[in-house]
Amino acid sequence: MVEKLLMYLQYPFVQYALIVGVLIALCSALLGVILVLKRFSFIGDGLSHVAFGAMAIAAVLGISNNMLFVLPVTVICAILLLRTGNNTRIKGDAAIAMISVGALAIGYLLMHLFSTSSNVSGDVCSTLFGSTSILTLTPVEVWLTIGLSVVVLGVFIFYYNTILSVTFDESFAHGTGTKVSLYNLLIAVLIAVIIVIAMNLVGSLLISALVIFPALSAMRVFKSFKGVTVCSAFVSVFCALAGIIISIATSTPVGSTIVAINIFVFLIFYVVGLVKR
Amino acid sequence: MALIQCKNLTLGYDHKKLIEQLSFSVEQGDYLCIVGENGSGKTTLMKALLGLINPIKGSIIRGDGLKPKEIGYLPQQTIVQKDFPASVKEIVLTGCQGRMGLRPFYSKAEKQLAKDNMEKMDITDLANRCYRDLSGGQQQRVLLARALCATQKVLLLDEPVSGLDPKVTEEMYRLISQLNRRDNITVIMITHDIEAAVKYSSHILHIGDSTFFATNKEYQKTDFYKSFAEEKEGI
Repeated sequence: MVEKLLMYLQYPFVQYALIVGVLIALCSALLGVILVLKRFSFIGDGLSHVAFGAMAIAAVLGISNNMLFVLPVTVICAILLLRTGNNTRIKGDAAIAMISVGALAIGYLLMHLFSTSSNVSGDVCSTLFGSTSILTLTPVEVWLTIGLSVVVLGVFIFYYNTILSVTFDESFAHGTGTKVSLYNLLIAVLIAVIIVIAMNLVGSLLISALVIFPALSAMRVFKSFKGVTVCSAFVSVFCALAGIIISIATSTPVGSTIVAINIFVFLIFYVVGLVKR
Repeated sequence: MALIQCKNLTLGYDHKKLIEQLSFSVEQGDYLCIVGENGSGKTTLMKALLGLINPIKGSIIRGDGLKPKEIGYLPQQTIVQKDFPASVKEIVLTGCQGRMGLRPFYSKAEKQLAKDNMEKMDITDLANRCYRDLSGGQQQRVLLARALCATQKVLLLDEPVSGLDPKVTEEMYRLISQLNRRDNITVIMITHDIEAAVKYSSHILHIGDSTFFATNKEYQKTDFYKSFAEEKEGI
């Protein structure tokens, strides 16, 4: 078993998968803490469906590097969704639900009408659940992920204290001179970027799990923001690594394996949290 | 010159005017209570004083070198805060955000300031406790300590005692009063509690069908207060 794993680790595609997996897990866990606390758990889901729709449009238009189209579209939708404060006609959760299912339906419709491959349902399934795309990464994609992750991590660490302040109390932060809307914009852009790169790992239906489970697990046990953030990052990276390795060894789908491990870890933390209290 | 002076202020959202032609001023060391019915525009006025919204008409002039960032604000609690996983220390420190500019991490002086204010609010022993595990009164003390990190001059309090039991309410009022007298911090407080307003404040601003600004003594002579006091006695 160990020998088999070591042999797999020699392959570049496995190494790529592990690097990208760890980075995506790290970034999504950090942002997940903010989103869960801001009551935006479902935005990951909404945005990933938007990304799915955008991918379908990119495929129909024949754009070769679809990242260039998908990323801006998702970023714009993220900004629109997070901007919906209290003063909009359609409330936050309804707006997310609308955009989410709308994009999903239009995306599938387009893929069906203008399909270029013979196996539409296969393509759709692979985009929705990730299946094997993490194991077919090109070096360019790997470097792109590394670059984007470094930016996300850097921004998060640099603005950590401000993020805490704004997340805890927007009115107070605003009153003491923090540019709250700018930070909300920043968070919207970051989450959109993470979602687009995370689609490679777990597919668009399962991204929410990657965003919320580590944060929720950490919140069961830890009592400080720093503790929650650090723990969430560790949990997420552990689950991603374990998930990728197990899925390679037992040839299960990568995305759902990672999510299953996340659920398992959450249950453990839940029990630990109960015992500690 | 007055610390904060409002001239012919008209406030509201979109087409709905909540407050019209309001003028009053606050001096350093004053304790102003803003009273009035729900929906009369108390919180809107406070947001305008903080510079979060712009008045439709009129002006707010800050004197004595008071910068907008130097106002300590204690907003009403939100649902997000009720179960927020952060330690007391971390939350008090966020009060120093305003003075940081673009610097990302807290300096030693800011950490000391947070410590001093926790001492002042008597919550030093709670420093490492989780905010969501505290009682309502303790949470308000934490938020007050945070507001003190942001200001040495003015505190704006939006219903600081809502949801607290009578004993804790009394303690909270005493604490605010102490900050006002001992540390000469100007207090502007929104409250429903006219009795407490009369008991503690130096000035009262009444907003609603009839809007008037008066010193505490003058307020007690108004017909409104007399009818309020009679009703109270009747019960």
